[in-house]
Amino acid sequence: MMSVDFITRVHAHFDRLCADLLTKLGAGEEATLNIAAEETLFVRFNGNRVRQNTDVEQIGVSLRLQSNGRTVEKSRTLSGAMDADRATSMQLLQACRYEASVLPADPNQVPMQNNGSSNEEFRGALLAAQEVVPAVVAPAEGCDLAGLYAGGAVIRGNKNSLGQSHWFATETFFLDYSIYNGAKAAKGSYAGSRWNATDWAGNLARTRTLLALLDKPPQDVQPGHYRTYLAPRAFSELIGMLGWNALSASAWKQGRSPFKKLAEKETRLSPLLSIDENFALGLAPRFNGLGEVAAQTMPLIRDGELQSLLVSSRSAKEYGLLANGASEGESPRAMDVATGSLPEQDVLKELATGLYLSNLHYLNWSDPASARVTGMTRYACFWVEGGEIAGPIKDLRWDESLYDALGAKLIALTAHAEIDPATGTYFQRSLGGSRTPGALIENFTFTL
Amino acid sequence: MPQMATAHELALQHAMHTAQWAGLRFSSETTTQRVVRNDRPQANQCALEEGVMCEVLVDGHFGYAATADLSGAGLQRAFDRAISTTRATSPYKVHPFSAGQRPRAAGSYRSPRQRDLDETGLSEITDCLLAASHGMKLSDLVVNRAASAMMVQTRIDFFSSNGSETRQSFDMVDITLAATAAQGLQSQTRTWSSTGQFGGEAFDRAIFEQQAGRTAQEALELLNSENCPSGVMDLVLMPDQMMLQIHESIGHPLELDRILGDERNYAGWSFVQPADFGHLQYGSPLMNVSFDPTRANEFASYRFDDGGNPATREMLIDKGMLVRGLGSLESQARSGLPGVANFRSSSWNRAPIDRMANINLEPGDSSLDDLIGQVEQGVLMTTNRSWSIDDYRNKFQFGCERGQLIANGKLGQVVRNPNYRGVTVDFWNRLAGVGREPATYGTAFCGKGEPSQVIRVGHSSPPCLFRGVQVFGGQS
Repeated sequence: MMSVDFITRVHAHFDRLCADLLTKLGAGEEATLNIAAEETLFVRFNGNRVRQNTDVEQIGVSLRLQSNGRTVEKSRTLSGAMDADRATSMQLLQACRYEASVLPADPNQVPMQNNGSSNEEFRGALLAAQEVVPAVVAPAEGCDLAGLYAGGAVIRGNKNSLGQSHWFATETFFLDYSIYNGAKAAKGSYAGSRWNATDWAGNLARTRTLLALLDKPPQDVQPGHYRTYLAPRAFSELIGMLGWNALSASAWKQGRSPFKKLAEKETRLSPLLSIDENFALGLAPRFNGLGEVAAQTMPLIRDGELQSLLVSSRSAKEYGLLANGASEGESPRAMDVATGSLPEQDVLKELATGLYLSNLHYLNWSDPASARVTGMTRYACFWVEGGEIAGPIKDLRWDESLYDALGAKLIALTAHAEIDPATGTYFQRSLGGSRTPGALIENFTFTL
Repeated sequence: MPQMATAHELALQHAMHTAQWAGLRFSSETTTQRVVRNDRPQANQCALEEGVMCEVLVDGHFGYAATADLSGAGLQRAFDRAISTTRATSPYKVHPFSAGQRPRAAGSYRSPRQRDLDETGLSEITDCLLAASHGMKLSDLVVNRAASAMMVQTRIDFFSSNGSETRQSFDMVDITLAATAAQGLQSQTRTWSSTGQFGGEAFDRAIFEQQAGRTAQEALELLNSENCPSGVMDLVLMPDQMMLQIHESIGHPLELDRILGDERNYAGWSFVQPADFGHLQYGSPLMNVSFDPTRANEFASYRFDDGGNPATREMLIDKGMLVRGLGSLESQARSGLPGVANFRSSSWNRAPIDRMANINLEPGDSSLDDLIGQVEQGVLMTTNRSWSIDDYRNKFQFGCERGQLIANGKLGQVVRNPNYRGVTVDFWNRLAGVGREPATYGTAFCGKGEPSQVIRVGHSSPPCLFRGVQVFGGQS
């Protein structure tokens, strides 16, 4: 099993660094320190073999100094050695002070405050590095499996000079994978805090069942408008576009929000649709980079009407809004889409004739003012006829306004929902994710 | 990294008690971000990422461990972790490698620049950004005026047990101006960017002011424009959209690690098959595409890749024929195909994979007026705004910030929300004209890999003419 020492060691390291640095502040100076650290084993698979394995131990600290109405932020990698890190942290402070003396005033600066304290640690039971590959590949013998295993401790911490203190640490893994039969593929994901061989074998067996459906006769589907079922993972991809400026208060005020019409009550979405920011899912810490704590649950869209945009304290100050604990980027961190009434076993019957899409790919706004999104179908996607899967389709391009797909065209949401944990690994392992049901949509637009 | 002078040698010796080969890549990168929005400072941030990737070859398998502890003991611990994990994973390796994939290399590189970024004062940069922000204030309808500059200073030193010692340092600047004009429910954004390996000479206030005024003027113009019409018509793409077209529909599908299936679970596979090299007519005979990390000032120029392979200019597509892929020495060994020096990592904590560097469409012999003059009915599109392509890199749809109609060989009215879609090989075979005046762009955010990495790439291209493309506008 993985060592638990990393979390304890980094916690003590951060406490000592903060205690040291925050006492060095002068009159008129306030500071916030954030730490992001992880101890991760990454193993990349191709053909159920190992392509690359990388052990990473990284600790990064950022310092935000607010002084004389100026704001400066500097960050750096830490070595983990106290003397060296104490010295480099002091260099950060000195560099911030210099820049604060040169920069113009920042009228949108929000005074720091003590937003309280929190401490959450979730210990896991992860495989030792030497155990990972045999555990993954043995049940997948005979499969052409590609994907990534990432496992280990992930840490986020925050302290400021007014006594605020937050700590979040978790030991988790994910195996984000796909299996192939020639060019046909099905996608799966197994994640948690305790590796269980039986669970992994069951997860893989379900994906194999999906892959087997791709052996049915290929179906030729031309561009057009089709009744379409988005399975939870596909719907999660579509809903994920709301994190690209749609729910951001600053984007709305700056003319960059695709949901401008929704924000200004010029339109509404389907009454079937309700979305919360829900930290009770346990996927991400409630505190943001300033240590502000969001509500456990906050309605974003209720019965198709916008309830709240995500408002950072900086946007609140600039535009006279009420801050709600959003991060500076004002993207959702734990979206939870309310389920509907369509039973899982009735999905094909209700779809009747149309497209069943397991996954979507490479989404982007194609006309922001009308909230139109383009993307592709990916992995196990089928033509359904008379409530039965007829066979797999070739990938199709689609182009559809969210005002339509989540509006009048939305027929039903499923009674079941799935959690889609964040599997991002740019710079560091991501935290967060979403929970979404499946969605049945009328006349979804396919273009190529 | 003066303390590494002996520490790295001792660490390599330590690793070689067990490993067949060992390498050590020190990376230090300082990224400074300055943003002014609506004449006020929006962000002033600076990040230093620094550490070492320890790499070993054990039983024919390369494995990695990253550490930011640069002491001798820290490096040896990282090598111990790399060896331990790699010994356990090597029985499952995808291919038996050798030290032949890590040739001995020696030399250095330094970005060309007229003035060090370190000598460029914060006041000077802030002054340029404030001038640009002011310069975009043409009307109250310009609701958002953002001017940003990212300066990146990178140092990569590579040492190996077979005597490699390379030292490379890079100075890079990425400047973006963005003006958003809005009225009622409509809004339009126009941007200008300058990206490459430059020093402080990039901060020329006169250029900031000139581009700011034009950018805001064009945003206002778009606000009152008609939507781009729909239909099949000729298409002239300017270099700041050709950059994206090259990147998505040439660069990514030619990466050998994609063709070999490494990337299937993330960004995707490729429609290109190993047998296509030397046989596939990728585009019209006017199409010549090079891999060129040797071009001065382009964003992804370097002398060695992260495996120590010396970088050279190579043709990927010659007169429309596919001749070479983007594959490192590892991918070349696995596939038996010719490749390039493109084994690149984003930072100290990621293993190198096959990446683009500078992928350029070579100039032709037409002026822009010649290209426009050949069009009976069409549209000229400028500056990428939206991008999406399938996981095999076939069916794409791209959108631009600004369109301008062409009728009977002459430019006409400006149109907003221009988009086009197509299928890669069919599209490139519609290439009917290549301009003679290239412009160079780049991005710092090409994403790929598991674990994921963003990397800098450069793309140079002249304007190009394509016949009979599916074009369309917005709903709004």
